[in-house]
Formats: sequence, C-alpha cells, structure tokens
Amino acid sequence: MKRARPELNTGSMADISFLLLTFFLLTSSIDTDLGILRRLPPPPDPTQEQVDIKKRNIFTVLVNKNDELLVQGRPMDISMLRAAAKEFLANPYNRPDLPEKKMEIIPGLGEVETSKGVISLKNDRGTSYKMYIKVQNELTAAFNELRDELSMERFGVKFSQLSNQQYIDAIQKAIPMSISEAEPENVGGK
Amino acid sequence: MARFKKSEGRSTPGINTGSMSDIIFMFLFFFMVITTIRESSLIVRVKVPQATEVAKLERKSLVSFIYVGQPIDYKYGTESRIQLNNQFASVADIREFITREREARDEVDRPLLTTSLKVDEETRMGIVTDIKQELRQVGAFKINYSARKTLAKE
Repeated sequence: MKRARPELNTGSMADISFLLLTFFLLTSSIDTDLGILRRLPPPPDPTQEQVDIKKRNIFTVLVNKNDELLVQGRPMDISMLRAAAKEFLANPYNRPDLPEKKMEIIPGLGEVETSKGVISLKNDRGTSYKMYIKVQNELTAAFNELRDELSMERFGVKFSQLSNQQYIDAIQKAIPMSISEAEPENVGGK
Repeated sequence: MARFKKSEGRSTPGINTGSMSDIIFMFLFFFMVITTIRESSLIVRVKVPQATEVAKLERKSLVSFIYVGQPIDYKYGTESRIQLNNQFASVADIREFITREREARDEVDRPLLTTSLKVDEETRMGIVTDIKQELRQVGAFKINYSARKTLAKE
C-alpha cells in the first residue's frame, strides 16, 4: 500500500524571509557615495624655491568668513563665478590680461592650445563648509563645461559620455583640473 | 430556460502561498545587492552639502570615512567634532587612523585608498583645513568631499 507522503509546511517560510528582508532594510543604507573628488598637494618642501607664476596666469578666489567672494580683487556673486572661471581658462579673445596659451601635441587630439591658467582658491577658517563646496562645485563645473565643449568638438560626445580611456586621458591632459589651494593662514578666527 | 445551479456549502479555495516566499526572497536579494551595510553608527550630525558636479566613488572597499559635525548628544557640546570609526577623535588621531586603514588593505591597493570627508554643511572650514593638512602630512592625497547630487542650482 502506498502511503501518502506528508507535505512540508511552507506557510511560515514567507514570514522568515520577511524578517530577513526587514533586517537588511534596517541595517543597510542605499546612499551611493557621491562627492567632489580632489587631489591634495604634497606637503610643502622648504628646500624647493618658489616658482613665480605670472600674475595674468592666476585666477584668485578668496572666500571670507562671511561667505563673501572676492574674485580677482573684486567682490562677486557665486552665480557669476562659473562664467568668470570659464572665460579665464578659455581666454577666447586672447586678451593680454588673461592667461597665456601654449601649443601642445597630445596623442589622440593632435595639436591643441592649452591654457597656463591656474585657479587659486583661498578660504578663511570661518568660511562655512557649505559655501566652500559651492565654490568648489562652480569651479569644477567650469572645468567640466570646457571639457564637454572640447569633447563635443573633437569626438561628438560629451566628456562624461566618453568611454574610450585614451580620449578621456587626452581631454584631461588638454584641460587639466588646475585648482590650487593656498597654504592656510590664520586669519579671522573661528 | 437556463437554470443556474446554486452552489451549496462550497468553500472558497484557499490562496496558494507557496510562491510568496520566493517573491520575498527575490526582494531580499535585490535589497542586499543595491545597498551597503552601514559601517558605523553616527554620533555626529552630518548633512552633507549639495552639489551638481559630483562623481561616483569607485571601489567602496578602498574608501575610509571621516565624519565631521555637531555631536548628536548635546552633552558633548555644540562645537563640531570629528568622528573616526565609532568614537570622537581629534585631528592628531587621523594619522593613526589612516595608518590602520592602510594596513587593513592589500599592498597593491594602498595608493588607491580614498578618504571621504563627510562633513556637515554648517561646519566652519577651520576644522576641515586642519584635517586636510593632516592628510597631506600622512600622504593620503586622494580625498572626496561627500555631497548630495542636485540637478539644478539652488
């Protein structure tokens, strides 16, 4: 006689998996880490002599403790910073007070004009972090827009959409992210 | 004339819940894949600022975090503090922290180690500058200012 096999009761299986699901939902976070990537310069070398950079090649951005901007010696609103930085870096009309350019041969791009301009950013100890990130963001945006334009012109796609590593390197070399942060000085206080 | 037979005493068939667990398991795996386990509980309040030009951090395992913000518990005061691992720390502790983080990684990966600064937007730059100076001294040059992505400008 064939005996009926008892069936496994799977009714509580759903409860168990629900429990696991809730546990993982509580202990984990979805947030992917996003942020502005920067490379810090190595600590200053006292034996190294100061390199003189021509005044026209420096774009100074100062942020004071009241979160106000001083760009090239003039007060400026944050909304204008991106355009100003772009104009400085590109120097489209070859103005004598904006940075010099030099012709450079870059593999993948051929001969391109690269700017000698450097953005110098200096903040106070009392500057709020929010403002600092805003300024960093605007400066990054200026570089990214210039890279996008060059990439569009040469390869027909935006820089962020480039997949060929060689092209990415070429664009990065043509428009380097030249933001330099000054050595901190104690001014203003906390 | 058609006659409909009225069912008498017939019970409704039960819903088969056998596949329910499969569906929940699918959910579970989905969440396990897209999320990351929170590495440390926060004891400082961190609301990172917004930015539009953010980039994604590659290789999560090669990132060490430094949190800066006001302590959540008011008995520690309202001044911004640094949190390393699960406790308050001072700027001087960063050196040891970075050394430990390096030793925990493979030798090949050590130069790729990134430090992510999760700093509250209300923090003053003084403490951030100190951290950056310390990181430069230790040689941890790759940093990431953690930020939330916004599409439009504020």
